[in-house]
Amino acid sequence: MSREENYILEMKNITKIFPGVKANDNVNFSVKKGEIHALVGENGAGKTTLMKVLYGLYDQDNGEIFYNGEKVNLDGPQSAIDLGIGMVHQHFMLVDPLTVTENIVLGNEPRSGIILNQRKAREKVKEISKKYGLYVDPEAEIRDISVGMQQRAEIIKTLYRGAELLIFDEPTAVLTPQEIDELFEIFKSLKEQGKTIIFITHKLQEVQEISDRITVLRDGESVDTVNTEDVTEEDVAEMMVGRQVLLEVEKTEANPGEEIFKVNDLKVRDNRDLPAVKGVSLTVKKGEILGIAGIEGNGQTELVEALTGIRKIEDGEVKVRDKNITDFNAREIKRESVAHIPEDRQKRGLIMDFNLQENVILGYHNLKPFSQNGIIQYNNVANYTQKLIEEFDIRGGGLGSKAKNLSGGNQQKLIVAREFSQDPEFLIASQPTRGVDVGSIEFIHDQIIKKRDNGAGVLLLSADLSEILSLSDRIAVIYEGEIVDVLKASETDERELGKLMTGSTVETGGEDSGR
Amino acid sequence: MEDRWENIKTIMANFGISLLSIVVALIFGIFFILLTEQSPVTAYKALYQGAFGNFSNILNTFWRSTPLILTGLAFALPFRAGLINIGAEGQLLMGGFAAGVAGYYFTSLPGFIHLPLAIFIGMLAGALWGGIPGLLKAKFGSNEVITTIMLTHISIALTINYGINKLRTSSRMATPRIESTAALLRFKEIPKHPIWGKLPFVEIFAEPGIRLHMNFILAIISAIILWYVLFKTTLGYELRAVGFNADGAEYGGINPGKNMFITMFIGGAVAGLAGAGEALGTHLSFMSGMDAGYGFTGIAVALIGQTHPIGVIFGGLLFGALNQGGLEMQFAGVPSEIVNIIQALVIFFVASLQILKMYLRKRKEKEGVE
Repeated sequence: MSREENYILEMKNITKIFPGVKANDNVNFSVKKGEIHALVGENGAGKTTLMKVLYGLYDQDNGEIFYNGEKVNLDGPQSAIDLGIGMVHQHFMLVDPLTVTENIVLGNEPRSGIILNQRKAREKVKEISKKYGLYVDPEAEIRDISVGMQQRAEIIKTLYRGAELLIFDEPTAVLTPQEIDELFEIFKSLKEQGKTIIFITHKLQEVQEISDRITVLRDGESVDTVNTEDVTEEDVAEMMVGRQVLLEVEKTEANPGEEIFKVNDLKVRDNRDLPAVKGVSLTVKKGEILGIAGIEGNGQTELVEALTGIRKIEDGEVKVRDKNITDFNAREIKRESVAHIPEDRQKRGLIMDFNLQENVILGYHNLKPFSQNGIIQYNNVANYTQKLIEEFDIRGGGLGSKAKNLSGGNQQKLIVAREFSQDPEFLIASQPTRGVDVGSIEFIHDQIIKKRDNGAGVLLLSADLSEILSLSDRIAVIYEGEIVDVLKASETDERELGKLMTGSTVETGGEDSGR
Repeated sequence: MEDRWENIKTIMANFGISLLSIVVALIFGIFFILLTEQSPVTAYKALYQGAFGNFSNILNTFWRSTPLILTGLAFALPFRAGLINIGAEGQLLMGGFAAGVAGYYFTSLPGFIHLPLAIFIGMLAGALWGGIPGLLKAKFGSNEVITTIMLTHISIALTINYGINKLRTSSRMATPRIESTAALLRFKEIPKHPIWGKLPFVEIFAEPGIRLHMNFILAIISAIILWYVLFKTTLGYELRAVGFNADGAEYGGINPGKNMFITMFIGGAVAGLAGAGEALGTHLSFMSGMDAGYGFTGIAVALIGQTHPIGVIFGGLLFGALNQGGLEMQFAGVPSEIVNIIQALVIFFVASLQILKMYLRKRKEKEGVE
């Protein structure tokens, strides 16, 4: 059937309709054997749906799939695995208390009689690990190892099951710059060994760095497939969004005023009651963005929770406008004109089962005009919500739609709309654009800069170094709960920050020995 | 406008599922009726006649649904805040006992003080019995399922085993009869009442078989108040936020612990009102066995009503009808055990279809999400 022999996969005219939505509309997607093929598109463009069709999780309503030139019928993940298609999920499918080896062989264990042959399993894991340069500790339990190693375990798992075509669903979202470099080395080594890779992402820089060809999806349709070397980042962004996008943040020099936010020798413990923030001191001035760079899990979450009144402060002092707010609870801190975009919008930022208007007043529901004498004034709330929906271009539902029915980008816009519209003097933004599409990122960045230019102080935390670098005026680097350095954003780069973030200026040797 | 239509559609769908589960239960019930060699047609006819056959039967259906509506609310409200209040039974007993004691202890109060006071004391006792698990949950994270069950055991020992034996003055296993000033007005006495008797058409209540009393009205008012609180006030907003997502609520400056306590306190008060109504309206004393498992049936009532206060009214009416009609079924020759089985089947299918609905919704969400 296939016209060209070297296509390992051809998906032709794939259409998948959900009630009310065409998630995939006549999508064409072909992957050559042995290439690294990037699949890009905004949230909601249909990437995940397409891959779920390929992995047998969804049945397409229309269209055909050819694998190695033969028409195939995928009725479940097992049939995909049998063909040699492997998926490395964004959220790892690993069992925490089991070891790396046990996870890898799970469901396909080498046995002697009815007993798992541990030795044989370990050897097999070591063999794959060595062949592709995927370093793992076969004996370690999943919960004790770094995210990077967990990901490598996932990759080995797919290879163990004989994958020839590996699908990576946003694999870099959880990694540090150094780990991303390592992952790309692994990609190259897999490619050398003849494996084919589909790389789903929306980080265009990475697409340029590693992929051979790019397929762009927009609104459920395949826009084009291009050779990476023929296009620039801007070209791809334009194909994704359908209009020109500014990838670079445009901002003027900061014009810092007086100090608005001051943290003095702050100490906070984590959920296991271990010290997480060990004496952090920071100051933020009006009209300035202070970025905090750090690998996730170095105390950022606890720091922000403590500053916003959600977590208990063990020791130290927090001041807004010279007012001591150390012992304030979340509500009282909000009343001091401190807004907060939380890092986890689904867990903290929104009540997913509340509708838009109920979410818009979260944290402000006790204030006029939203409520009076304990009665919520739904008319006022509705008008206000309608205004924000228009002003912040929130799409995907009206006042009464539940937040969970919005796309990730629109959920984030909803939070930004809520927090910014209260005119805060100080803003704590944690991962403000995580998992948000390109168009919304541009919008949210603009809003943050605008707040700064209007004289608000901003504390920005992000796992995305380029975001920290492009938005911040000053950058504080956090490592193991301590600020190791504060730099001017204009005088540093990703490499320097990356090194500081790992706690040393010494070469790390590329190995994470587990935490 | 579209949203309102969506709302109506959801309500209709929920209503449909509840109705479907009742029909399925009745179909399965046929099998059990046949076991007793009775005609299912006769049995179900009797069930219907008993519950809705004539005016006094309908009112008695209301009467039997009164405590069930209230215990249903006692389960539904905490459920909206993410808590499982298994202890409505104990809260009802405490409320009934306290109201019953207040009903005979004060002897020289005028009715317009005595009755409200006795009801208030009953509700307060129930509220404390619900509030304690709420407080423990808020302060120490104690599992409310366990604490409410244990408090129910304590309340049984305290009120029925110890309280009645200590206070009773006759061989009847009950506290002394309450003063007439503390009694809830019964509908059959309305025509003779100095004030209410002047209203037009009240003669229709002049039938000795009618056992309905004013607590039914209080139950309906409670449901409406709780609906208003839950959906129109900041308190209800906070309760629901905690129930959906305690982390998100906390981020929004809402204190989950405080709201957990409040919701259990109110839930207990409502269950206490159920007990007070039985003591002051139905039995005119606190009586052994008067709880009749209402606290536990209330869970099923709340689930049938989708834990929506207005839905709970209908859930309560359904079970009231089953109780009332079941009696007639017994007269028609179906053993009372079979009646119990049919009631259990309704609960069984309501609960399992509820799970089916959740499953369908999950699946829909899964498909809908990109």
